Amino acid sequence: MLRGALGGHRHWGRAWRAAEPRAAYDIVIIGGGAHGLATAYYLASQHGIRNVAVVEKGWIGGGNTGRNTTIVRSNYRQAPLQRLLEHSLKLWEGLSDELNYNVMFSPRGALFLGHSDADMTRLAERGDSLRAMGIDAELMDVDAVRRLVPLLDFSRAARWPIQGGLIQQRGGTARHDAVAWGYARAADNLGVDIIENCEVTGFTRQGDTVTGIETTRGPIAAGKVAICVAGNSGHVAGLAGLRLPIESHTLQAYVTEPVKPMIDTVIMSQSLHCYISQSDKGGIVAGGDPDGFPSYAQRGQPVRLEDAIAQAIALVPALSRLRMVRCWSGVTDMSFDGSPIIGDLPLRNLHLNGGWCYGGFKATPGSGHLYAHHLATGQPHPIAAPFDLARFAAGRTIDEAGVGPMPQHR
Amino acid sequence: MMLIECPHCGPRAQEEFTYERTRDSVVQLDDAPEVAMATLYARTNPRGEENEIWRHTLGCRGWLELRRDRMSHAIVAVRALGRAVLP
Repeated sequence: MLRGALGGHRHWGRAWRAAEPRAAYDIVIIGGGAHGLATAYYLASQHGIRNVAVVEKGWIGGGNTGRNTTIVRSNYRQAPLQRLLEHSLKLWEGLSDELNYNVMFSPRGALFLGHSDADMTRLAERGDSLRAMGIDAELMDVDAVRRLVPLLDFSRAARWPIQGGLIQQRGGTARHDAVAWGYARAADNLGVDIIENCEVTGFTRQGDTVTGIETTRGPIAAGKVAICVAGNSGHVAGLAGLRLPIESHTLQAYVTEPVKPMIDTVIMSQSLHCYISQSDKGGIVAGGDPDGFPSYAQRGQPVRLEDAIAQAIALVPALSRLRMVRCWSGVTDMSFDGSPIIGDLPLRNLHLNGGWCYGGFKATPGSGHLYAHHLATGQPHPIAAPFDLARFAAGRTIDEAGVGPMPQHR
Repeated sequence: MMLIECPHCGPRAQEEFTYERTRDSVVQLDDAPEVAMATLYARTNPRGEENEIWRHTLGCRGWLELRRDRMSHAIVAVRALGRAVLP
């Protein structure tokens, strides 16, 4: 490394091969985000299926993997989501070792603030349900919150007065790009082909069975095709003539100039869409409400960004002194109950992992692990089984927010 | 940012409007269960134009139908659904 530094770092080779598409694979995964790459990695490492390709229309990790606020936690309210995200969190805890790649997982605590008696009741309720599931959750009074994040506005005149909070100490953040790169390198080492700049343009079918994909780099035959393109699930499923309970919406986030450590936990809120954390580089990463109407544009409205900044400053007034250096948007795959869809589609050998709304990053390892299990065995993993597509018709939706099929209100 | 031509009020900033649902997702009371299910949950979600129902919530509160491109945000057509709720 020292020799490399003196030589201007020109000695570094590629971390994964630039694979050319072959004529056929056992399994083709559409989407080279972290979920798709994780799926490929677990197929190869856990199930010994290495004749696998990941096809990506742009570059790997260039979609929502690189557009989130990097928060990892499992403190949900409903049991199926708790099991899913806790499975994922346990994988996060050993991920850097498993991949031999530093994903910078930093369990610095994920804190939900409560601003009213009602908020505190809801947080206590959620904490109880988490502890009953064996997941860590601590209810904090206002003094404990003040000791943890002294920069919050605790005054009685605060726009959102703080009454306490609920913290998951094992939650935190991770380096999003490193997750994609780590999974890509590890999957590539096991023989998976990662094919970038290869957009899927259609599916080849025999009757109701999918036999492969058409791409901008030619047709590829596949034993199974696995869609993993959250943000664009509706579009890709549409190429196969399917309609899903998913709508694509926009969510924005922003980052400030880097400063010395000032926020050493992840701040969220029971009442607001709000998430504030400080990256290891020092920038304050924050976001707010989704834009509220369908869009694939990857750009958001200034008014929503302004709202997000206003609420961050109301919670942590010191942030008003910082300059914003970047803002961006991602296309979120808003499913109609707010929970992901993992499982079979009505066509044979075509599978879906999508509908992650704005909460997919934290689920990356678990999502890949469970999807790989489904693809390899043909059966849903018990943890993923409640998240099948059939739940909508069967009336067993997993609706954490209790909003119904209205993604714009989520 | 979109400028939406409200048939009752004229061009207004998009933040005055709220998106409701797609035009093809309105469930009729006498729909068969399978039809109602599909109407409620199945979306085309195109990377292109779609007919949508919006409301001028912070204006006349009237309902509108927009044909809108979800990639470019261009509004192709606007028409009123019923009358303005507020004068």
